[in-house]
Amino acid sequence: MQALLALEDGSVFKGEAYGATGERYGEVVFNTGMTGYQEVLTDPSYCGQIVVMTYPLIGNYGIMKEDFESKKSYVRGFVVREQCTLPSNWRFSETIGSFLKKEEVIGLAGIDTRALTRHLRSYGTMRGVISTETTDERELVERARNSPYLSGQELVPAVATTEIYTYPGVGRRVVLIDFGAKLNIIRCLLDRNCEVVVVPPDTSAKKIFELYPDGIVLSNGPGDPVNVPYAIETLRELIAAGKKPMLGICLGHQILGLAMGARTYKMKFGHRGANHPVKDLETGRVYISSHNHGFSVDEESLKGLDIYVSHRNLNDGTVEGLKHKFLPVFSVQYHPEASPGPRDSEYIFDQFLEKMNGEAR
Amino acid sequence: MPLKKGIKKVMVIGSGPIIIGQAAEFDYAGTQACRSLREEGLEVVLINSNPATIMTDANMADRVYIEPLTQGFVTRVIRQEKPDGLLPTLGGQVGLNLALQLAESGVLAEEGVQLLGTPLEAIKRAEDREMFKDMLQSIGEPVPESVIVSTFEEAEEFAGKIGFPLIVRPAYTLGGTGGGIAYNMDELYATVTRGLKHSIISQVLIERCVVGWKEIEYEVMRDSADNCITVCNMENIDPMGIHTGDSVVVAPSQTLSDREYHLLRSASLKIIRALGIEGGCNIQFALDPGSYQYYVIEVNPRVSRSSALASKATGYPIAKVASKIAVGLTLDEIKNAVTGKTYACFEPSLDYVVLKYPRWPFDKFARGDRTLGTQMKATGEVMAINRTFEGALLKAIRSLEIGLDSLSLPGAGEIRGEELERRLANADDERLFLVAEGLRRGMTVEHIYKITGIDRFFLDKIAGILSLEEEVRHAAKKGDLPAELLEKAKKFGFSDAHLAGLTGLDRLEIRSLRKERGILPAFKMVDTCAAEFEAQTPYYYSSYDREDEAEPTTNRKVAVLGSGPIRIGQGIEFDYCSVHSVWALREEGIEAIIVNNNPETVSTDFDTADRLYFEPLVPENVLNILDREKPEGVIVQFGGQTAINLAKPLEQAGVKILGTSVEDIDRAEDREKFDSLLIDLGIPKPPGRTAFSVDEAAVIASEIGFPVLVRPSYVLGGRAMEIVYNNDELLSYMASAVKVTPEYPVLVDKYLFGKELEVDAVSDGEEVLIPGIMEHIERAGVHSGDSTAVYPPQSLSREVKDLVVDYTVRLARALKVKGLINIQYVLHGGKVYVLEVNPRSSRTVPYLSKITGIPMINLATRAIMGRTLKEMGYEGGLYPEGKVVGVKVPVFSFAKLLQVDISLGPEMKSTGEVMGVGDDFKLALYKAMVAAGSMFPKKGTVLATIADRDKKEVLPIIRGLIDLGYKICATSGTAAALREAGLPVEQVMKVHEGSPNIVDLIRANKINLVINTLTKGKAPERDGFQIRRTAVEYGIPCLTSLDTIRVLLDVLAEDMENKETRLVPLQEYLQ
Repeated sequence: MQALLALEDGSVFKGEAYGATGERYGEVVFNTGMTGYQEVLTDPSYCGQIVVMTYPLIGNYGIMKEDFESKKSYVRGFVVREQCTLPSNWRFSETIGSFLKKEEVIGLAGIDTRALTRHLRSYGTMRGVISTETTDERELVERARNSPYLSGQELVPAVATTEIYTYPGVGRRVVLIDFGAKLNIIRCLLDRNCEVVVVPPDTSAKKIFELYPDGIVLSNGPGDPVNVPYAIETLRELIAAGKKPMLGICLGHQILGLAMGARTYKMKFGHRGANHPVKDLETGRVYISSHNHGFSVDEESLKGLDIYVSHRNLNDGTVEGLKHKFLPVFSVQYHPEASPGPRDSEYIFDQFLEKMNGEAR
Repeated sequence: MPLKKGIKKVMVIGSGPIIIGQAAEFDYAGTQACRSLREEGLEVVLINSNPATIMTDANMADRVYIEPLTQGFVTRVIRQEKPDGLLPTLGGQVGLNLALQLAESGVLAEEGVQLLGTPLEAIKRAEDREMFKDMLQSIGEPVPESVIVSTFEEAEEFAGKIGFPLIVRPAYTLGGTGGGIAYNMDELYATVTRGLKHSIISQVLIERCVVGWKEIEYEVMRDSADNCITVCNMENIDPMGIHTGDSVVVAPSQTLSDREYHLLRSASLKIIRALGIEGGCNIQFALDPGSYQYYVIEVNPRVSRSSALASKATGYPIAKVASKIAVGLTLDEIKNAVTGKTYACFEPSLDYVVLKYPRWPFDKFARGDRTLGTQMKATGEVMAINRTFEGALLKAIRSLEIGLDSLSLPGAGEIRGEELERRLANADDERLFLVAEGLRRGMTVEHIYKITGIDRFFLDKIAGILSLEEEVRHAAKKGDLPAELLEKAKKFGFSDAHLAGLTGLDRLEIRSLRKERGILPAFKMVDTCAAEFEAQTPYYYSSYDREDEAEPTTNRKVAVLGSGPIRIGQGIEFDYCSVHSVWALREEGIEAIIVNNNPETVSTDFDTADRLYFEPLVPENVLNILDREKPEGVIVQFGGQTAINLAKPLEQAGVKILGTSVEDIDRAEDREKFDSLLIDLGIPKPPGRTAFSVDEAAVIASEIGFPVLVRPSYVLGGRAMEIVYNNDELLSYMASAVKVTPEYPVLVDKYLFGKELEVDAVSDGEEVLIPGIMEHIERAGVHSGDSTAVYPPQSLSREVKDLVVDYTVRLARALKVKGLINIQYVLHGGKVYVLEVNPRSSRTVPYLSKITGIPMINLATRAIMGRTLKEMGYEGGLYPEGKVVGVKVPVFSFAKLLQVDISLGPEMKSTGEVMGVGDDFKLALYKAMVAAGSMFPKKGTVLATIADRDKKEVLPIIRGLIDLGYKICATSGTAAALREAGLPVEQVMKVHEGSPNIVDLIRANKINLVINTLTKGKAPERDGFQIRRTAVEYGIPCLTSLDTIRVLLDVLAEDMENKETRLVPLQEYLQ
């Protein structure tokens, strides 16, 4: 079946539909990871987005249940050059096509994804509509233009938990504020023997303190950080209390920045992939890291604040990590939990553990 | 970190001659290294014995020493040059071994030379099997369990612990005789007892067998600040059990999930850190296809063939970055040359599929053992890039130049069922084609997976190609090839020629059909970052996709066609020529476009030409590029026969061939036309004609008299060429070697016994410059590529030289050569005859350029572009002879090719060459022989088995050897002849005469040198073959040409080893 992807600037890409049928709008972004499509599909941070994979062969090793990063897929569309119908790997249980169908995600294959990526790189991420229902290109472009922007959408509530639940552990108790957390953040904490209490994004500071955490982790999540003002407020209270070690990841990092008084901005096309070099400014070491962000903390806005830049992207100089000057509070823009991508930055979790253990104060 | 302190002058060790397993990739690496170091303002001293390399050009390093890569010579260069640092990790295993020797001998410490890059300890940890195992175990990385046993009981105990299958390898046997895989206790008993018997020291190594597991490689880099990255990973389509150099390899991995990918990536970083490598390394893993279990198989602590492949596959210049790391820079300080914006501290992201396919020499060695295993047999490789796996695979097959454009192997249909199964299980060079054949016959993917271990993913892909073939065939049968189907097939990667074969249409018909329908390729860029950043490298590949990125410039431009994969007969020399042509064009201000598909070479480095197209060298792909780029013409002279063969189809498509015209090329290559040209010019050639039947061949032979040189007319380069001495031999040749038909006639020429001379000349269309005449040591009849060549000639009279010059000038003028011409002559009975004319650059051009100092390719390219020799500062005629003597000696890879006869003849067998330079012939010859790895004993026993026709000629040689103190052994016939001449000789038994016979003596290490001349078509041939093979396998020098032995005698007579002369760098002797 034919399907179309129309962009707000009038470009139209024609391909074959696979997965679900119908029509969805979303922000069109590209990811440069060569493996990890399944982790991308189930990363809640992609909620509201139509994802283009730059690697041309997707689905080669199928879908495996234990590699999910959340219970379901939140992407609005999945655009590839070629989807594999005959995957091969000892663990796979189904094809990407059947997975997308179940998850009601529209897949679009047969696209010159490099051309589309170059377009997005040159003109920036933009709104798009993916449809199996119409062949009217002009109409579809119109719909893309009229679709909502990513900013302003209530995406976090759509992906985050609404209830508190706990993963047992014998070590430190960590409260994870869930903005759309990837499961591997929880796995990384559990690997370090933590007890992880996952709380909804709108949980109050008071409520969090009542859980007697040893540390607080602010998870990744979708959309514009300014669209979760309640969390920014909560965070201010948590920081003001000044006791608990805190680690922000991705959206959590941005929210932390906002809570400290920094500004964030929307990047032209963001960072999505598994090959970004990030320099730890305190050690001078460079780590290859997993990224998925379309917003960034504005370095200019840090002047005079109690936080400073701890990590920086070697490619474009963007802020990739923040540290509080006095408190055990820090954050990274990228994904130390990997999945997909390199595991080189798991030391961030170790540092968080050290802070909880009071060793590194 | 800035440059290391105190390092101003750096020495780089090259890898020497091309042999199987060590090819052009080290010229690529070394060239990058030299440039990279000089970029940092360092003075570079280079030593390499291989003249056919870009790295040994005078402008690559400040001081270039073309000297043997032995501890002695390298030490002398070090003492002479006193470098501050030594970079050993770019010259392959040769460079690495030398560095270890130099360190151990104390020379480095004495001269205060710092070893740069990876520390010695790290090299040892990776190279020493035991240390390697210990190190991996200490960091918790698994290695296959192994044990050395001397009794079956010990083996049984190990098997009880580890389980089956197990690999059994006898210690100290050659070619793995007596080893094997055991799947149960009975088999283990059989293999271990046999192995113990074969092993000289009665020991066998037993190791967990991971045959059939996935073979995955990672290219890893680390700097002195401990920053680590992986450049790329690669998956071998052929699973564990086949040498990675003989495997079809795809990048990136296709069947690993993110977890598996990063499981092995994390392990790679851990290993490179534990080793302490500063630079690059290659790590090989075996991964269980059914679990997360893996083993570390090998680490190469240096740049390698795989790193060259990874560099070309990703655009990340590993050798260049490794060199900078070696002198102290860190990854985050080194710019990414591709984007120009980002840094070398990142991991490339590919948005295409890369496939590497090995090129084997079995077209040359029809009787060679074709099975693939742990010993690499390929001489070269091709790489293909596409947006689909199928497209990359099919491009690779086209690039191989084996006459195929799909997975259909002619004759495969006739292979019997069991035979097919057997060959699928025991892989040989045709396995992927046989997989296709199996699928066509209805074997299931599951079944083929079970017997080959090739992942189902790849098998399904091949099945997909076959089913699309069926679809096209079906449509064509109905007389219709719908545009959608054509487009689908093109997107999939089918070539026009492939489609022509399926539809019965002509290749050009398909081409015009798809052009009519607007089905055109798009050229995409290799940019290291999957389009995330704007890139500046003009490195392209084609695919059938929407957007074309190769916006042509409006500059004046010319395309140069490269020479494809390295194979016997077409080696690195032609890459040298292509690169120099590109440089000459750029010097002239003309944009140079290069088309090639060999990932090992300098020509496919992304900054060699203004634009690089990584594509098959077949008419369709080349024409597509030319359609897009519209250059003013194409240069075909420098890419060997590959490029020359493209001249005709390109011209027919309306492309302008620059330099010598296609018509004139044809006049030199077409036998009839060439003969009549020679008659017109009054230049003699050996008598002979074309025979269209066996009878006719016999008639011609009796007319011109034996011996005659016979060869099929339709192949070039000496394939299936033989010298026959009588009618029986002729008939047996006609029966076995060729099928003579009116369509494929056979050439029968008089074999003229005499000295062979060779000339390369540059012509601007008027004037003809002959840089020099080369004299071959081995008489005509030995392929010129396998001959020892000497410049300047040592034994030619003024008259002969004048005649050679006169013929060369007249031939070049008559053929209206613009550019290069190569001519081979034979001097017979005081008369000069023409043997062969090649209107293109030849194998000897780099050697001759280097020893004469005449930039032949540069002049030829500029002549092609319209400059006169005069303008460029040269005159016609023979260039004055230089003072130094250069000897070129061929190098063979026989030890790696079982069942291949090593005797020299009209068929070329060498894989590489070295050059020796000296004030006189003997010194130059000595150095060349040392460089070629010939270890001639100063005393000991010589085994002589000489053909009857050579017995008279051999006498003075044997006498000479006896005078030098050698003892002579010979079999009955030769012994009798020697005794008759009054020479002392010990008679030994022939193979069939019982034990101990000659082969036993060689095995028992009682022979130090073998002299064996060839007897054809008789029973002893087998004896001779066995003697020669045994000698090669036991590393004993074996000479089959009396001419070689004669000059060797001169060298042996003088004590060259202790002749301490100053070594002269290229830059000095060219002045």
